[in-house]
Amino acid sequence: MYLPKWLHQFGAPKYFYDLSLCISRWAGIICIICFICGLYGGLVLAPADYQQGDSFRIMYIHVPSAWMSLFVYMVMAIAGGIGLIWRIKLAEIVARSSAPIGASFTFLALVTGSIWGKPMWGTWWVWDARLTSELILLFLYLGYIALQSAFEDRRVAARAGAILALVGIVNIPIIHYSVEWWSTLHQGPTITKLDKPSIHLSMLIPLLFMVFAFKTFYISTLLIRVRSEILEYECNTSWVKQLLGINNGIK
Amino acid sequence: MALNDFFSMGGYGAYVWSSYGICAVVLLLNVIQPIIRERRTIRELQKRFSLAKENKSDKHS
Repeated sequence: MYLPKWLHQFGAPKYFYDLSLCISRWAGIICIICFICGLYGGLVLAPADYQQGDSFRIMYIHVPSAWMSLFVYMVMAIAGGIGLIWRIKLAEIVARSSAPIGASFTFLALVTGSIWGKPMWGTWWVWDARLTSELILLFLYLGYIALQSAFEDRRVAARAGAILALVGIVNIPIIHYSVEWWSTLHQGPTITKLDKPSIHLSMLIPLLFMVFAFKTFYISTLLIRVRSEILEYECNTSWVKQLLGINNGIK
Repeated sequence: MALNDFFSMGGYGAYVWSSYGICAVVLLLNVIQPIIRERRTIRELQKRFSLAKENKSDKHS
């Protein structure tokens, strides 16, 4: 299947390895700055909510983790699909490396949501649409991770995982629209509404910082994982040997 | 007193700080684990190649 030349170059492991060193460092720096701004704004500057008091501050980690749990899943499924169609090693690596990070975000969304639910709803857990579909997302991630270690051959594992991820994509719109389709304890969207967001700027700005911090966190840690995988995949190529300083005598 | 208020979070301190604590632990693990893995991968590959080189030079001598 046709693929533009620049995309091929981007998919070349050596090129990507060098690029990722730079990107992961800068993403890490931006991530730390955004975390500091977001935490200070969210925990100190933002006023207490008139209904929920100070407990609403859990939002600053709950909402970004929940968004990222969906975003990472989309990246994982799309990268898996690209790997499936064009057999690009790098796409398979990105898909596999995303899974543990996505599972962590999903876990955080569930746990912080549960801790938030206790004082606000009076219960840790209800089996309603939003919470159940998010739990299914966690199981999809865990299933994907288990599938990766079930195969000896990494490329077979990547293909099997990609199919699982693509089938599981059905769950993503269900999670997103669950609060609108079914009646639920979970509150509806406050920020992504088409008309004006129903949240005050002093509460919104720290949230945006936290969202950006989580996103750069994902990029930065993903690239570290990707680099290890590239080295393992490409360990017999000359550029890896050169990189590890063992080119002497091996021709 | 201001600091006390900050930690009590209007009575929700236990909920707020436990969720931030869990979040910090999970995110830190997500930083430490891949860094350790990258170092281990590089070390193991270097060991593997230096062993292969030794074997090669042994045969030649």
